[in-house]
Amino acid sequence: MGGYILKRLGLAIAVALAVSMIAFLLLRLSGDPAIAIAGEGARSEDIELIRQTYGFDRPLPVQYVEWLGKTLRGDFGESIYFKTAAAPLIFAKLETTMVLGLLALAFALAISIPLGVMAAVYRNSWIDRLCLALAVLGQALPNFFFALLLIMLFSISLRWLPVSGSGTWQHFVMPTIALGYYAAPAFMRLIRAGMIEVLEADYIRTARAKGLPASKVIFKHALRNAVVPVVALAAVQLGFLLGGSVVIETIFALDGLGYLAYQSITFKDFPVMQSIVLLLSVIYVVLTLASDIANAWLDPRIRVA
Amino acid sequence: METRTHARTGLNLIAGALITALLTAAGPALAGKKDDTIRFAYDQAPESVDPFFNNVRIGVIIGHNVWDTLVTLDPKTNQYKGNLATSWKQIDDKTIEFDLREGVKFHNGEEFDADSVVYTLNFVADPANKVTTQANVNWIDKATKLSKYKVRVTTKQVFPAAIEYLAGPVVIHPAKYYAEVGPKGMNAKPVGTGPFRVTNYVPGKSITLERNADYFKGGPKTPARIAKVDVRFIPDRQTQMAEMLSGGADLIMHVPKDQADQAAKVPHLQVVSGETMRIVFMQMNSLDNTPAPQLKDPRVRKAIIHAIDRESIVKNIVGAGSRVLHTQCFPSQFGCTDEGAARYPYDPALAKKLLAEAGHPNGFETEIFAYRERNQTEAIINNLQQVGIKAKLNFSQYAAMRDAIRAGKASLTHQTWGSFSVNDVSASIPVWFGGESDDVTRDKEVQELLKKGNNSVDPKVRQQAYRDALKRIADNAWSVPLWSLPVYYVGSKELNFAAYPDEQVRFWEMTWK
Repeated sequence: MGGYILKRLGLAIAVALAVSMIAFLLLRLSGDPAIAIAGEGARSEDIELIRQTYGFDRPLPVQYVEWLGKTLRGDFGESIYFKTAAAPLIFAKLETTMVLGLLALAFALAISIPLGVMAAVYRNSWIDRLCLALAVLGQALPNFFFALLLIMLFSISLRWLPVSGSGTWQHFVMPTIALGYYAAPAFMRLIRAGMIEVLEADYIRTARAKGLPASKVIFKHALRNAVVPVVALAAVQLGFLLGGSVVIETIFALDGLGYLAYQSITFKDFPVMQSIVLLLSVIYVVLTLASDIANAWLDPRIRVA
Repeated sequence: METRTHARTGLNLIAGALITALLTAAGPALAGKKDDTIRFAYDQAPESVDPFFNNVRIGVIIGHNVWDTLVTLDPKTNQYKGNLATSWKQIDDKTIEFDLREGVKFHNGEEFDADSVVYTLNFVADPANKVTTQANVNWIDKATKLSKYKVRVTTKQVFPAAIEYLAGPVVIHPAKYYAEVGPKGMNAKPVGTGPFRVTNYVPGKSITLERNADYFKGGPKTPARIAKVDVRFIPDRQTQMAEMLSGGADLIMHVPKDQADQAAKVPHLQVVSGETMRIVFMQMNSLDNTPAPQLKDPRVRKAIIHAIDRESIVKNIVGAGSRVLHTQCFPSQFGCTDEGAARYPYDPALAKKLLAEAGHPNGFETEIFAYRERNQTEAIINNLQQVGIKAKLNFSQYAAMRDAIRAGKASLTHQTWGSFSVNDVSASIPVWFGGESDDVTRDKEVQELLKKGNNSVDPKVRQQAYRDALKRIADNAWSVPLWSLPVYYVGSKELNFAAYPDEQVRFWEMTWK
């Protein structure tokens, strides 16, 4: 088990490094950063000044290594755009994004568990098809479009919720639904498959034969076992949801990490952008690692692989 | 990525149509009027509220509501009026003397006088202080105090547009406070003399302005009528529109034409559009290393202008408030004229004939670079196609496009230019024809004429030089002047507001109906 964890840990660090390097390159290769920062219509001397101030005139590998070295020492640099230290800027927004991610995960589980169970219990019936349709819709509907539909319904027609902003719990309702619905289908399919397998198991037949009520058989005996792989998936999905919040936070002007990421991409604010990418990839990698370890712990067969 | 943007535009259109259908039943919410607060939503946050340390439109808007300049340009008459200065006179080619207004106080109680002007101008003129847009301040040599209410401003070279800059981006800070806190402190707790003061500021999220009850009377700006302005940064335009529909915002700007057309049908909203100083034009690289050598032939360049149906693009795509331009500058700018300049009306048959004469009877293939108003670029491409020129669209970020232009890799470029709202042609034409890095024609004679115009303080000499330069550019068809861009505002019907060419949002003038 120890060796397995070490191997996974090494892989996780390599992934985080690779992500940060790709992000660094992609951001730099999409046009001269000095021109982007100077803005439209800046004179050559303004651009040259910026190029020197931020060291963009040096070779890319030098810039990358310097940035990485500083970051590893805990120095996230200064935001080029907001001209304040990047770390407090990022950590101040992390809470909103974590809350949104967890709420969305909870929402996804809250709808996918009952739907997955129903789909399995009424396998191949119209109920199963309806659940499948809902899942396909959730996966197929781009979340920004779904977000607009929610705004139309809850803010414009019904006037129940504020369109955008942050500060109150009302501001989280639509972002949670928009983000969570997108993550739900994966859980639903996993629960359905798990339930179908478990429902055919001998001990379920025994439980039924004992004369236990159907609800007790399904929720107490079957679901508990079917839900095990969901725990591992939840960790991965949470990382995915944190990344996905860039679009959702931008649409709802929710003042979190995703919104900050959008702004820093727009303004080529490299120190902030790179730190966010690194932070999110580290979170993602840690969650994946946790899920791998949890899986291995739950199922010894995985450790060998 | 491109397909996704495209798909998104399509979906947004559907969403827009659905929204229009839904909202007719919805009643207006008048929260803004009820608590005397204008809720203004804007798509990007300024990097700093200190006007010298940002280069975005919202920064300029906040700048003029919170601070004052020495002079202002009356947007209705295009006349300069004293603001923090009461009068001024040109002492010699490089020196202007200002008499300052007495009895003006900054929001923190500090008195406005010559020290404020001298400290601010000398601070921003020093390159070591790294003002974001150097062009706004690098013409200043120094400011000197003559008495408590009299200062002299000296320019490094002869700089005829000095008053224009002092009426625009160069605001005046309180000397003591600015010396103490610097640009960072000014951003954290902004202090000006303007009609509004900043009472709350969350970087990247919102800025709250409250009426400055002690604003001086008798100046060109009136004291604010409405108590509060809540500026929120909402990056997504659909969301901004949804805020307007649900009554969560009272004013938004830069609304795309199609959405503005839909908003106009909503009972509780009004749409106001106005021309801006931002002009649209197409650069044609005719240098020796151009990727499209065809452009070196004046007949081909003329054919391109004749091929574009500017009138109908303006009417159908660009929208109300826009006009067709025949020279590459904004008509209200000092020195801008199309008098005597060659015109190339829409005439596809003539375009084809010119192309044939130039040896391209079947047209040719090329590329067109663009970075905004993609629908306009597409209309241009369509027009060019009709005379046989197949232009492939290369749509990218501004920085990437500019890289390509400067590296000589762009043949046709769909450009826009806002002149920093400076109402003088020296802020426009020299950028594109003055021989600097964005000049893709390098006409020596044009460069000489522009130099003459830029380096004289005699208005007659300047006008003549610019007229000659613009005429030579048009006669040689060095570029394609297209049209001016309008800006659409969507506002609550309860709010009285006006659109101005300088894209300035004058909250202090606004009232409730």
